[in-house]
Amino acid sequence: MGNKLGIADSREGGKLTLGLSGRLDTESAPELQSFLDGALADVTELRLDMKGLAYVSSAGLRVLLAAHKRMDQAGGTMVVENANQTIRKVFAVTSFDKILTLN
Amino acid sequence: MKSMHMKQVLPEIGDMGKVTAFFENELRRAGAPSAVIAEINVAVDEIFSNIARYSGAEFVRVGLQAEEHRVVMRFEDDGRPYDPVRAPEPDLALPAQKRRAGGLGIYMVKKMMDRMEYVYSGGLNQLVVEKGW
Repeated sequence: MGNKLGIADSREGGKLTLGLSGRLDTESAPELQSFLDGALADVTELRLDMKGLAYVSSAGLRVLLAAHKRMDQAGGTMVVENANQTIRKVFAVTSFDKILTLN
Repeated sequence: MKSMHMKQVLPEIGDMGKVTAFFENELRRAGAPSAVIAEINVAVDEIFSNIARYSGAEFVRVGLQAEEHRVVMRFEDDGRPYDPVRAPEPDLALPAQKRRAGGLGIYMVKKMMDRMEYVYSGGLNQLVVEKGW
């Protein structure tokens, strides 16, 4: 254990990239939610790099959906990158692959 | 007959780490591939968080029995009778702005695991979930 959620952020103007690692689950999803609450104000392009992320549970999907809606309403974009096989399966099963932009 | 390894925890989100660690250890010992472990982690998160949030239980017991290329997992709690197998399915066809994340968890478990069976017996919710690889 000990590999809960890691969030590494880098910013270039209105572009925010978050490198996520560990697990995005019931315990850690509120951390990402509060990070995004404080970080999205001037963001027009949000990239979520999931290269280091093992899995996403429905608590994580809730946060991703809220971020997607928020970016969408503000006329910005949100892209999810490098999701592994398990996360892609979660997206497919829940039809989140039809909502999110996956790279 | 192989025995089932069990662990008792509190039905609190704060005990999620113990539950996850228990299943991960058992799954590694059973030789489960990492992608299967990750999928089971998702299922365990959904099932345990549901019990912790809604059951009103005093305790939860989790268990795992390893077979060849297959595991049988068990969740028992003394909370309100609740059959997740019969939970209504979420509407996945709604557009993003109307989508809600509620109800997705148990639906994901049904889709990602091979078998899920529920009985209420002896004052316990008893859920059996099976996954092979």
